[in-house]
Amino acid sequence: MTGSAHPYMANSAAGSMQALLDVVGVSSAEELFAQIPAAHRGDSNIVPSAGIRSEQQLRRMLEDRLRGGISTESHVSFLGGGYWKHYVPALCDEIASRPEISTSVWGTPSSDHGRNQAWFEFASQLGALLDLEFVGLPVYSWGCAVGHAVRMAARMNGRSVVVVPSNLDRERRLVVDTYCGYSELNGAVTVREVAVDAATGMISLDALAAAVTDEVAAVYIETPNSWGVVEADIARMIELTHDSGAQAIVGVDPIALGSLASPADFGADILVGSIQPLGIHLNAGGGVGGFIATRDEEVYARQFPTLQVSIAPTTREGEHAFGLTLFAQSSYGSRELGNDWTGNSVYLWAVRAAVYLALLGPQGMHELADTVVANARRTAELIDELDGVSVRYRDSIFKEFIVDFSATGKSVEQINAGLLARGVLGGHDLTGSHDGLDGCALYCVTEVISEDDVHHLLGALAEVIAA
Amino acid sequence: MSTIRRYHAAAWDEAIVFELGAPGRRGVVPPASWAPPSTEPSFAPGLRRESPPALPELAEYEVRRHYTHLAQQTLGMMGVSLFGTCTMKHNPTVNEQVGARHEIAEVHPRQDPSTYQGVLGIVHSFEAELCNLSGMSAFSFQPGGGADAAYLHAVITRAYHASRGELAQRTQVVTTAQAHPCNPAAAVSAGFEVITLPIEEGGYPSVAALKAVIGPKTAALMLNNPDDMGIYNPHITEFIDAVHDVGGLAFYDNANFNGVMTRLRARELGFDACMFMLHKTFGAPKGGNGPSVGAYGCSEELARFLPGPRVVKNGEAYELVEPDGSVGRVREFLGNVPQVIKAYSWTRAMGTEGLRTAADISVLANNYMEKRLMAIRGVSMSLPGKALPRLEMTRYSLEEYRVETGLTGGDVQNRMTDFGIDAFWMSHEPWIVPEPFTPEAGEMWSKEDLDEWIDVLEHVLEEGRRDPELVRTSPHNQAVAQIDGSGLNDPETWAVTWAAYRRKHAQV
Repeated sequence: MTGSAHPYMANSAAGSMQALLDVVGVSSAEELFAQIPAAHRGDSNIVPSAGIRSEQQLRRMLEDRLRGGISTESHVSFLGGGYWKHYVPALCDEIASRPEISTSVWGTPSSDHGRNQAWFEFASQLGALLDLEFVGLPVYSWGCAVGHAVRMAARMNGRSVVVVPSNLDRERRLVVDTYCGYSELNGAVTVREVAVDAATGMISLDALAAAVTDEVAAVYIETPNSWGVVEADIARMIELTHDSGAQAIVGVDPIALGSLASPADFGADILVGSIQPLGIHLNAGGGVGGFIATRDEEVYARQFPTLQVSIAPTTREGEHAFGLTLFAQSSYGSRELGNDWTGNSVYLWAVRAAVYLALLGPQGMHELADTVVANARRTAELIDELDGVSVRYRDSIFKEFIVDFSATGKSVEQINAGLLARGVLGGHDLTGSHDGLDGCALYCVTEVISEDDVHHLLGALAEVIAA
Repeated sequence: MSTIRRYHAAAWDEAIVFELGAPGRRGVVPPASWAPPSTEPSFAPGLRRESPPALPELAEYEVRRHYTHLAQQTLGMMGVSLFGTCTMKHNPTVNEQVGARHEIAEVHPRQDPSTYQGVLGIVHSFEAELCNLSGMSAFSFQPGGGADAAYLHAVITRAYHASRGELAQRTQVVTTAQAHPCNPAAAVSAGFEVITLPIEEGGYPSVAALKAVIGPKTAALMLNNPDDMGIYNPHITEFIDAVHDVGGLAFYDNANFNGVMTRLRARELGFDACMFMLHKTFGAPKGGNGPSVGAYGCSEELARFLPGPRVVKNGEAYELVEPDGSVGRVREFLGNVPQVIKAYSWTRAMGTEGLRTAADISVLANNYMEKRLMAIRGVSMSLPGKALPRLEMTRYSLEEYRVETGLTGGDVQNRMTDFGIDAFWMSHEPWIVPEPFTPEAGEMWSKEDLDEWIDVLEHVLEEGRRDPELVRTSPHNQAVAQIDGSGLNDPETWAVTWAAYRRKHAQV
């Protein structure tokens, strides 16, 4: 490298580089690339760009590109759809930023003991919320957790259909479709939709009973569901699923479990969901992370595609460490004979979630769920009072709800454009996502929305609708 | 030998979080609702949680102290970590700070794209830079890691052959014994059968072996090059041509890109698709196992199958689109966006010349290590004398040492952590050599760091000759002593949660 050393590379200092060259016995590094045939080289086809060695200039370049961007901090946001703005405690940021944690690689149970313990505490605390004792380390996202859980069930019972609600959020549904595969190839699972009752926003029990035939490997239900509605008959749905020998997979919002009983208490076999609400920023979509949890029964544990750490004794009396358990059933251990595949995921988010749950504790999680549902239902009630606007299922929602603007004569796109001009990020447009949702939007209200925020929204909506 | 550092890890004898605190303590208190009090319960009695979740109850400072202790009991990259196959490198703090700005961290992915043009513009610029480095036409950042990018390739392979009406026929993916395990695993997860080519005398599979297994059933070839032994298959273009001749696609797992940056471009070798790990090669932190990004690049022909949403530039505006033949999603939303921005920053800081220097140094430093390591008694290398000089990694073996002392690579690894040296990587499955270890020098670590790593290895090997028990029972200077892993795979004893531990181990 011409000029002075690059700050990211110690051996780019001329003397250091020369010392290495001298020992290796070459005059330039180029001599060490002799394995690569000349015809393979593409050096000359790269359009060069200059490096920026000054941190100040680098920061300035990035900040100039980002400045002025709109976010849920600069604007009041009612966006949700399985991805929610909750308050992120300051300590989650501090611990996740510590370089020992953020740079950790793999380590041993002794040398990365603290991080492994944090992973164990993630699984343990999430398990306490779910009332389940076997929790894998995180997978890429909620949708990926559903996909893996469906494949676990299909491997267990050898069946090849999964039943999913017709209103399943499009992002997750597309992931599930991918994981279920193509019928021309091995291991494909057919996705069968079960209708949602338009009157209640809940899965129709009659339709579910008809859908759960003896080919069904698993039924996937969410509560609250993708329209924000808490399923009233979750116990009966699980029972119907079990009656046909299928596995009951239930998607949950961990925040709701501060007030709601875990579906595991009603017999759900595999719980999945998002860890994003547990202390993880929205990150323009880069905050997704999923979990898979079951009872601690070998028949389930043997199907997990995840890594997980188990507490174990050390050679010192009374001391614990945390080691990988069931590693051999992962693709790291068994290549194509492992359960699906395993790789880098979002384990730093597990550390955030561990800190989050330790900070909130049982009272905090309970109070938070109560605040969220109360804020959301009151907001729904107030929106419902606007002329030409109605809110569906507002007595059975948790934090998301469908707002129907179709009687206003304006599209959701038009309304959201008007709201944006007034400092508000309106709800996610559901037009075209399901029968009967044209002109509807999904609104999300959590503890971060204040009464002033809601009045701001109501005022803006009234103006936009009247305009 | 130079002086060996006196090191001891922080050892707080830290309790499990459930053992800390006391009933009634509070960490973070959520706000009360502003809604008028309701006399109606929110949920029907049968749906309500009957007892509070069994979470710990701690004051805020207790949570801070506990997790700070856990951080201190984590070595991470704060010593010397030459963790082969993972390309550990500098993760600049400025990128963490920029990534925490609200214009990134607080953006909801369902905002209108017009509201976060800065973020989308950087994603788009970085895509262009990866196209420049690889020769590919388009990239997706949706895969949540290298393995997920391999899965995306298998998924796109399905869609490609299905679009030609050939999927029922093309059911086989060919890989090599030295390809990362995620390649065959991802292929099987997508429904394919896997054929694994063995490593032959020269250190790589032969064209003849490939030609013997490919044909009308071949869907794709998935491999890395160079492999984890630093061996480059010089016949790679013949591999690709042969697979193309029978109608298959060729995927380049660029996990080992560090040594060949600015010299090899995947597309010009003939590959249809490739993958870069932004959390390793491109300077974003690994986070213990993510958030990571497997940036998946492909040819113009395959770009229409990419998952949505994709960032495209229309005039001066960045938009999100769904490609017309899209496979849908392998994951929700755009990908781990902050990591993409960190990788962009790292790449801009390096510049083309910096990337070239990084590749030069990583290969030079590996050859430096090889000189020194091969002078240590008990250390041998895979395929000695073949495929020299090796690129950015060399795989070694401690088999001679094991025969001599009875100590394994795992014993040596544990003892090295007693000197602040992070565990080395042994080898992915299958092991080509017994007692393998795979250091990767990379471009960040100084010559002094590399020397320290080697000095510690040499010191530990000598200790083991003098006092095998000292090494076998190590570590002695770590946060905790050696784990007794005998019960980890036993359903009667494993416990991945505190509740399971309390139930199974009644003395607690």
